[in-house]
Amino acid sequence: MKYLGEHLFPGQLGHFLVLLSFVSSLVAGIAYFRSAQSNDPSAQLSWKKLGRVAFSIDVISVLTTFFIIYYLISNHRFEYFYAWNHSDKTLNTGYLLASIWEGQEGSFLLWTIWHGVLGLVLIRTAGKWEAPLLTVISVVQVCLATMLIGIYIFDVKIGSNPFILTRIFYQDMQEFPANYMSMAGMQDGNGLNQTLQNYWMVIHPPVLFLGFASTLIPFSFAVAGLWKKDYGGWIKAAFPWTLFSAAILGLGIMMGAMWAYESLTFGGFWAWDPVENASLVPWLIIVAGIHTQLIYNSTGHSLRPTYFFFLAGFVLILYSTYLTRSGDLADTSVHAFTNLGLNWQLRIFFLLFLILGLTLYISRYRKIPNIIKEENSYSREFWMFIGSLILFLSAGFIIIFTSLPIVNKIFNTNYAVGSEPEFFYNRIQIFVIIVLGVLTALTQYLRYRNTVKKTFGKKIILPTILAIVIAALISYYGEIDYNKFGPGYLAAIHLALFAAVYSVVGNTGYIWTGLKGKLKAAGASVGHVGFGLFLIGILIASSKQEILSVNMLNPLNFGPDSQNKGTENLTLFQGIRTDMGKYWATYKLDSIDSHEKIRYFQIEMEKKTTGEKFMLHPNIIKNTKGDKNYSRNPDTKHYWNRDIYTYVNYAETMEQDEDTAQFRSHAVMPGDTIFYSNGYILLEKVVPNPVTDRYKFGAGDTAIMAQLKIVSSDGRTESANPLFYVRNNEVRRELDTVFSQGLAIGLANVVDNKHIGIIVKESTSMTPFIALKIIQFPFINLVWLGTVLMILGLSMSIVRRTKMLRTQKA
Amino acid sequence: MKKIHIVMLIGIAVVISGLISLMGDLSTYETLASARQKAGKSVTVIAKLDRSAPIIYNPAKNANFTSFYVVDSLGNRAKVEYHFEKPFDMEKSERIVLKGQMKGDVFEITRKDGILIKCPSKYKDDPKAAKNNLG
Repeated sequence: MKYLGEHLFPGQLGHFLVLLSFVSSLVAGIAYFRSAQSNDPSAQLSWKKLGRVAFSIDVISVLTTFFIIYYLISNHRFEYFYAWNHSDKTLNTGYLLASIWEGQEGSFLLWTIWHGVLGLVLIRTAGKWEAPLLTVISVVQVCLATMLIGIYIFDVKIGSNPFILTRIFYQDMQEFPANYMSMAGMQDGNGLNQTLQNYWMVIHPPVLFLGFASTLIPFSFAVAGLWKKDYGGWIKAAFPWTLFSAAILGLGIMMGAMWAYESLTFGGFWAWDPVENASLVPWLIIVAGIHTQLIYNSTGHSLRPTYFFFLAGFVLILYSTYLTRSGDLADTSVHAFTNLGLNWQLRIFFLLFLILGLTLYISRYRKIPNIIKEENSYSREFWMFIGSLILFLSAGFIIIFTSLPIVNKIFNTNYAVGSEPEFFYNRIQIFVIIVLGVLTALTQYLRYRNTVKKTFGKKIILPTILAIVIAALISYYGEIDYNKFGPGYLAAIHLALFAAVYSVVGNTGYIWTGLKGKLKAAGASVGHVGFGLFLIGILIASSKQEILSVNMLNPLNFGPDSQNKGTENLTLFQGIRTDMGKYWATYKLDSIDSHEKIRYFQIEMEKKTTGEKFMLHPNIIKNTKGDKNYSRNPDTKHYWNRDIYTYVNYAETMEQDEDTAQFRSHAVMPGDTIFYSNGYILLEKVVPNPVTDRYKFGAGDTAIMAQLKIVSSDGRTESANPLFYVRNNEVRRELDTVFSQGLAIGLANVVDNKHIGIIVKESTSMTPFIALKIIQFPFINLVWLGTVLMILGLSMSIVRRTKMLRTQKA
Repeated sequence: MKKIHIVMLIGIAVVISGLISLMGDLSTYETLASARQKAGKSVTVIAKLDRSAPIIYNPAKNANFTSFYVVDSLGNRAKVEYHFEKPFDMEKSERIVLKGQMKGDVFEITRKDGILIKCPSKYKDDPKAAKNNLG
């Protein structure tokens, strides 16, 4: 059959490029492997040249594939399932990009593009390491390409083709006539999931996937070192890459946290959701690896663990890919992808590199240089290694409990993290914070190999006293009294707070006393100050987080374990100033955006003590993908020292779809009355081109307004002024509502030169109301500031290490 | 033995004891029947919304109370009381993961994250749900 209105060429080109990327990365892998294995310099070079060409073709293919998908989505080519399923016509450029990575195929593509880009940089800079590194990268590229090829071999689906046509996708479910493109359902797409329609979703996935991609480089260096038996030769060359990996992966994770905080309604930035854990764990491992790498670089110790950490980092990224994309976490995570039918492929991908890494590591373990003499307890390397060990153990705890669904699957058990998932993780990690805080504060003051005890004591005494004083002041005046989990946990929080303050003070001090203010070399100190501030922010924002919207009217008691629980939502009726503890809250107005997708609520907050007033604009967004419900979208008022965060849990307007009341129309002329259940409505007059406060009409508009008087049976009178107007050749109506009577009144049309059509609806719900929740997060900005400083510190180190490499070469 | 080995051994000992203590706090997946037997203990139940009974949520009266019925895979039925607002897409849920405890005949949930709604159209659509939109 010939289908009308389809554009088949972009899809065919796209699918060809997907296949080309598979083939070219395979060729690149083989060529680079031959080059790396060859002992003959001319053969090495010719294989390497072939590898470069093939790898470049791979990069061009995946980039072009990406642009074709963007083209299909931005031009609303809904004959392609990917465009139809992930976008619609209302999305702006940023969200069109977000549509690409809403689907698994697009996010695989993003990942593979970054591998390509990083690979090209390595071709230019890696020198003798190019061939082994690019071999590993090309093999990974082959694996990723298979995720997109979308072909069947003996009924086994390999990959998911992003260029499949809508009519092919649904071919088993529905007949498609030749003119199916003009069917109603094809005129607009399914849309982008409303919770992803947030600007962080435009930037977070590319950064996170760059982070994922960046972990491949340390992995490849480690593999190359073991493979070429040049065990320590790559350590210096890898520094910029490992630091880059920690910086970008960390940034990507925290951008996701920011998104969750701004767009989701669990009230916070971290929930120990398996999806979050799965990306945090590789980061912890990479950071542990950077520290052992530094130890080796300065002392020759700790090369074996360095290999372990960098091998594990990437393998854990693959494990997290499997966890989040297989659907196996469906019962434990709120935001894992659902199953795309690629499970076995994801498992093989993970197992392949796990086995490869393990085999190489174990078989070469004894050959990896190792210093038998033990580290001095007054040496920097000893405590740095302890720090790495703690990071590793922390990561281990997290990943074990994140993997419970997989454990259950394998061993046929049925364990689940209990009903306090945050506390479950926090009570372990709080001790990690305590140890790491103190270690980061002290270790820099130690020298590699050995430290003179006296000078160490002298240098450390001032920061220690200062940290104790500051932490004590915060503990005392900060009123941190989070006693939900008992005094032991509260004590741990205070101890952790001290450790975090110690880390900030110690590292700030070190910039002066240790480095004499040489900022160029202060990357580590700046990064650790950031880490400390980040911890302080977490500790305060979480332990002192306060629900402001506590229901003061009828406090409910749900038993001893939840005294104030369940009273976190306050009902606000429109226009009624309501007592909210420290604030007065008034639900003023609501408004709807031009696409009628987002409804904003205006909440006026007034602080009782100071009379300070501010507005909050939480909103609800109509769900996409055929779902008739709404999603909540929070709004946050930022102060330098706290955030006030709110979202609407329930709005009476959300039930509009279920409002069974119907409009009834009446043709009336001025002087006529319309009766309703509780009184009558009098049409006083019809005003042509009215002047109103609410609507401004221009010269090109034609408008009429009905002036109505509503008289209820108890003798009260109210007025309503619905409008009917023509703007840009489009007929529009503005309803008016009389809340006290539950009436919605509209001017539907002009019947003849005397009569107009008035439509009236009586609803049962009278006053619009919303139920909302408001939470205060003190000092949450420290979390973001700390993150920025960590990234800054890592970046400073990247610059320094890159310069050192250059001078070394020159 | 080197100091680092001692530290590592201590680390491993701490981890193992930590793991054991945490394992004790793990809840288990239960059916409604076995949850009844473990009344008062925090458990996790995977069930389906019983659509034959209405979801009760009346925010004008109390914005902090939702109740509904669920049926588990064995066909047992129980009332659930959730002391928070009604989760948004609850009506469309495929299945619901509940974390709470049985109190008498009622499954009580006192934590906001005690309900995890699994929807066919959460991130990647179920083709059938998407198709309904195609018309």
